[in-house]
Amino acid sequence: MIGGLFIYNHKGEVLISRVYRDDIGRNAVDAFRVNVIHARQQVRSPVTNIARTNFFHVKRSNIWLAAVTKQNVNAAMVFEFLYKMCDVMASYFGKISEENIKNNFVLIYELLDEILDFGYPQNSETGSLKTFITQQGIKGQTKEEQSQITSQVTGQIGWRREGIKYRRNELFLDVLESVNLLMSPQGQVLSAHVSGRVVMKSYLSGMPECKFGMNDKIIIDKAGKGGVTNEAGKSTSGKQSIAIDDCTFNQCVRLSKFDSERSISFIPPDGEYELMRYRTTKDIILPFRVIPLVREVGRTKLEVKVVIKSNFKPSLLAQKIEVRIPTPLNTSGVQVICMKGKAKYKASENAIVWKIKRMAGMKESQISAEIELLPTNDKKKWARPPISMNFEVPFAPSGLKVRYLKVFESKLNYSDHDVIKWVRYIGRSGIYETRC
Amino acid sequence: MTDSKYFTTTKKGEIFELKAELNSDKKEKKKEAVKKVIASMTVGKDVSALFPDVVNCMQTDNLELKKLVYLYLMNYAKSQPDMAIMAVNTFVKDCEDPNPLIRALAVRTMGCIRVDKITEYLCEPLRKCLKDEDPYVRKTAAVCVAKLHDINAQLVEDQGFLDTLKDLISDSNPMVVANAVAALSEIAESHPNSNLLDLNPQSINKLLTALNECTEWGQIFILDCLANYTPRDDRESQSICERVTPRLSHANSAVVLSAVKVLMKFMEMLPKDLDYYGTLLKKLAPPLVTLLSAEPELQYVALRNINLIVQKRPEILKHEMKVFFVKYNDPIYVKLEKLDIMIRLASQANIAQVLAELKEYATEVDVDFVRKAVRAIGRCAIKVEQSAERCVSTLLDLIQTKVNYVVQEAIVVIKDIFRKYPNKYESVIATLCENLDSLDEPEARAAMIWIVGEYAERIDNADELLESFLEGFHDESTQVQLQLLTAIVKLFLKKPTETQELVQQVLSLATQDSDNPDLRDRGYIYWRLLSTDPVAAKEVVLAEKPLISEETDLIEPTLLEELICHIGTLASVYHKPPSAFVEGSRGVMHKRLPARTGSGEGTECPDVGNAAGGSAPEAAPSIIPSQGDLLGDLLNLDLPAVLLPLMGAGFGAAPAVMPASLNAPVGGGLGDLFDLGGGVGMPMGAYIPPKTVWLPAMKAKGLEISGTFARRAGVIQMELVLTNKAMSVMTDFAIQFNRNSFGLAPAGPLQVLTPLGPNQTIEVSLPLSTVGPVMKMDPLNNLQVAVKNNIDVFYFSCQYPISMLFVEDGKMERQVFLATWKDIPNDNESQFQIQDCHLNSEAASNKLQGSNIFTIAKRTVEGQDMLYMSIKLSNGIWVLAELKVQAGNPNYTISLKCRAPEVSQCVFQCYEAVLKN
Repeated sequence: MIGGLFIYNHKGEVLISRVYRDDIGRNAVDAFRVNVIHARQQVRSPVTNIARTNFFHVKRSNIWLAAVTKQNVNAAMVFEFLYKMCDVMASYFGKISEENIKNNFVLIYELLDEILDFGYPQNSETGSLKTFITQQGIKGQTKEEQSQITSQVTGQIGWRREGIKYRRNELFLDVLESVNLLMSPQGQVLSAHVSGRVVMKSYLSGMPECKFGMNDKIIIDKAGKGGVTNEAGKSTSGKQSIAIDDCTFNQCVRLSKFDSERSISFIPPDGEYELMRYRTTKDIILPFRVIPLVREVGRTKLEVKVVIKSNFKPSLLAQKIEVRIPTPLNTSGVQVICMKGKAKYKASENAIVWKIKRMAGMKESQISAEIELLPTNDKKKWARPPISMNFEVPFAPSGLKVRYLKVFESKLNYSDHDVIKWVRYIGRSGIYETRC
Repeated sequence: MTDSKYFTTTKKGEIFELKAELNSDKKEKKKEAVKKVIASMTVGKDVSALFPDVVNCMQTDNLELKKLVYLYLMNYAKSQPDMAIMAVNTFVKDCEDPNPLIRALAVRTMGCIRVDKITEYLCEPLRKCLKDEDPYVRKTAAVCVAKLHDINAQLVEDQGFLDTLKDLISDSNPMVVANAVAALSEIAESHPNSNLLDLNPQSINKLLTALNECTEWGQIFILDCLANYTPRDDRESQSICERVTPRLSHANSAVVLSAVKVLMKFMEMLPKDLDYYGTLLKKLAPPLVTLLSAEPELQYVALRNINLIVQKRPEILKHEMKVFFVKYNDPIYVKLEKLDIMIRLASQANIAQVLAELKEYATEVDVDFVRKAVRAIGRCAIKVEQSAERCVSTLLDLIQTKVNYVVQEAIVVIKDIFRKYPNKYESVIATLCENLDSLDEPEARAAMIWIVGEYAERIDNADELLESFLEGFHDESTQVQLQLLTAIVKLFLKKPTETQELVQQVLSLATQDSDNPDLRDRGYIYWRLLSTDPVAAKEVVLAEKPLISEETDLIEPTLLEELICHIGTLASVYHKPPSAFVEGSRGVMHKRLPARTGSGEGTECPDVGNAAGGSAPEAAPSIIPSQGDLLGDLLNLDLPAVLLPLMGAGFGAAPAVMPASLNAPVGGGLGDLFDLGGGVGMPMGAYIPPKTVWLPAMKAKGLEISGTFARRAGVIQMELVLTNKAMSVMTDFAIQFNRNSFGLAPAGPLQVLTPLGPNQTIEVSLPLSTVGPVMKMDPLNNLQVAVKNNIDVFYFSCQYPISMLFVEDGKMERQVFLATWKDIPNDNESQFQIQDCHLNSEAASNKLQGSNIFTIAKRTVEGQDMLYMSIKLSNGIWVLAELKVQAGNPNYTISLKCRAPEVSQCVFQCYEAVLKN
């Protein structure tokens, strides 16, 4: 299991060092600094073996977190734990920075003592941690409160405490999708997928039982069998259904129930959390198409023309559109003309950045640029990085629709109708690239 | 208020000031001071001097302060064991506290105080906490048992904690179960045969129930534990699989990977014609793909595991090629792994897409990545025959870019393509030759030379090309030298008239001017072949080569089986068995896949039975040893085994067919050969130490015994000289040994047939066996002997050179040696100096061989010869040695590695004795 956990600043100075196992010594702290943080070259692996000691590291801004072990540990678990550790710290004191870590080092030690015992990760749900790791001491608690804490930390529903009350029962549901694309210069889709998340903010009283439904093809086909015959993915209600390649759920969801009935039921944590993640690859709506044209005019000049076309309902508006056109390292000057928005050559980023605030569906826009190059005797050709794009659209490119979210709380006197529910769809660009 | 100020105090006299503050009456001040101490501790300052003062703060009802003091205690208790006892009372008291959080805190901290004296005091509180009414305390106590076991395993067993822990597996609280499972699994690892976990269908059922209810981490502990279970039959296997599959939808990647591990393992037992088998295969693909949208570090772990899964069951991901396409912004470690998997998944169906991608990658920036991409194009050509032509043309395009490392890499892979499809793509040779000058890496140079030699008849200026390489022959690496030698010999056999001079030149360079034994040997073999029987030479050197196989870097099957059992763990990330990187006994147990019980084809996994001893990678014939292998060499590449019998053929007859001029240097060369034969063929015999007096006459009523030990023709002899210095005749001699380290015992009676008269001396040699009773002696090679005659019984002890126990079959295979060397932990390595030894490495090696110390390989690094040797003792212990000899330096360094490190000292003494005599 994990033998020790160290946090360093960008210079390699130790901010936190907690050793759990006898086989990890102080020299391990230095070994990582010398061999990884101070190493000149780029990180070649997140797992490093130095003198029979294994180091797992992740970086958050300029802070290094390293877990150390001498055993054959579950590597996936170690990384998951490090991410979790970052989440917990962030939810306690915000951004993970040197200053914040120094300011909260006593708290961090207290957390590390609680969520890692002899190197074995323990309950790390911030919801329950915050009930008893507060930095204010727990003197004032009554016996009932104490036992409530321990039963929550160890209990089956470790993510929610009992006795939560809201005057207004409210639910916010965000379907957040990032659409990823790799397209060849000829406009052929090399790979495309949507990775989506359903993020929920729930402000519900008691211990409500929730059931979530979406236009998942498997469910709708199942339901359709009983009723009217359905053709080509159309359900009885006439809505399109989508094929979900795979999905993963927050630990509150009853996985065995999903496996047998494909229904998503759970008792939600309080506040904001991620209910599920999913991935789709079929019938994706690609909101934008990028058509590049790069011409090398002699050895010192490049002509670039890029057309973008929006491909969604004209009534919808895409926002925060940014097209990034890479330029060679030996660029000496750039002249740009664009029909819409603003474009600028950013020498430090080796790219022309073209920004458009808003764009409606079924429109197109164009930019052309002339790039002057310095003559070089570098034999190596320019690698031509792909043109990348950022945007935000008010629909789900996968076609996912929320069909229902039902809330049942048998003990308290509110029903599903009394809960105010909000649903919102946001599609963002993930890695959206077109090779040129 | 912020805590960062504690990090800034660096002034002198700080410790003194802190001491004062710690003893302050004000609570706040105390707390501040402890915080400062912890901050100093974090940055590595030694604050152990404050131990008593900090421990004094322990008795407090302020929980935050208590936690800080505990943190300090965990760090320094070991260095102040006497003081640490002061803390015991508080722990005992805290374990009785009404607040469960405080009870748990105490039991958690207790186990981290690694002081022997204290541990006994902690047993009682721990026992209570294991049965605590609060689950939070129980789950903490469960882990504490593992902690205590790590400090004092015997104590834990004696106190019966293991049984209590086993009971906790049936606890009503899922988290208690999970922690108990984790603790038991860890303890079981250090007792491989204890059957501690005692997994049976009932306990498995309990674990599967807890699996649905515990935290994500608990699920990982349970799944990892389940993976160690072997179901009784395919039915049980299927029912477990059914209950594990829902975990594949968990958001935590580690839960998913551990579930995959269980499924991959239990699937082995399912008959392939079962419907469920197919369903399961289909269910595995989507979660594996989803892992690729996790954070890059996890992607890396996932990809390393997918690499294994694809090798074991290619059908799972065969349609998922696209997800492994490299993204421009992927970290380099993700890119390299994706590339690896792409090649494994390449097939006729998707090759066009793959090639287009690879070509794209070959223009990227990162040198390693580009190289790998180029290499991958070559691998595709070898793997998918239909694509070979396109691959070759792609490679040619890349060569045209003139980017140095791209060109070199391309040439290396084109060589492989030639070996797979001979006589098909030779038209490209002209293009390759144009780039001859830009090749500066040995591998590329060697590949190019091989190509020129292989196709010498089609390259008009082959002789010129090879000659140009010959100029700097001595500066080339061995790899290139060997290739050049072979290539020129090939050229000579193909065009004998024009290249005599060249072949002579290279043979003399290789045999006379080089001190690399591999090169010299190969040179001599060619030389003799050419001068004895050119027809045979042609048959040997130009023999048809076997085609290379498509998969050149598969993991060896037994290792793959083992790694599948370690999915998700470090072993699967390194692609090495845990024994290769974990010290000590922990986790080195070899895991293996279960055998199929059902009706399906049980032959799919060929004999996993020897997996237990299978850590030595005995490379299957189709697997070319990976690059950079210490001992991997090129020798086998060109020379079929036919060569060996030829060695014995006479080389006296003057070769009539050979040009006369070739005879000239033969004399000198042969002389050298004879020397070599003298060294290797006729061992000089084992080293025998001079006789010493073991029993002086004064102590034995006139009987003096001196003697020595020797090993002659595989038999150990004790050579005794008995002298009668008394006045009377001695008769009735007998001898007996006490029990000793290697079980030495007389193999027959002491042969003194005639009575020994006064002042008479007799020499007897007593054969010894090694099957007697064994007891470890100190020193190890000590032997206690009793000799009886008609007068009395006399006792003496003597020390035998351990070299007489070195057996004749102590030569290890290179591969096995390499694997064993890696396998033995570094702790077992000892290093010695041998001073004032004036032998060169070859003479030393010959001399040692006489004593059954076998040289397996030799390497020369910067003028320093490294000899790798193996020794086998009569009781089967292997000793591996590395001897470093530097020309001109009479001091040798020797490193010995052995699983029984006690013998190292004795072995070293032998080296010294053998080398200096």
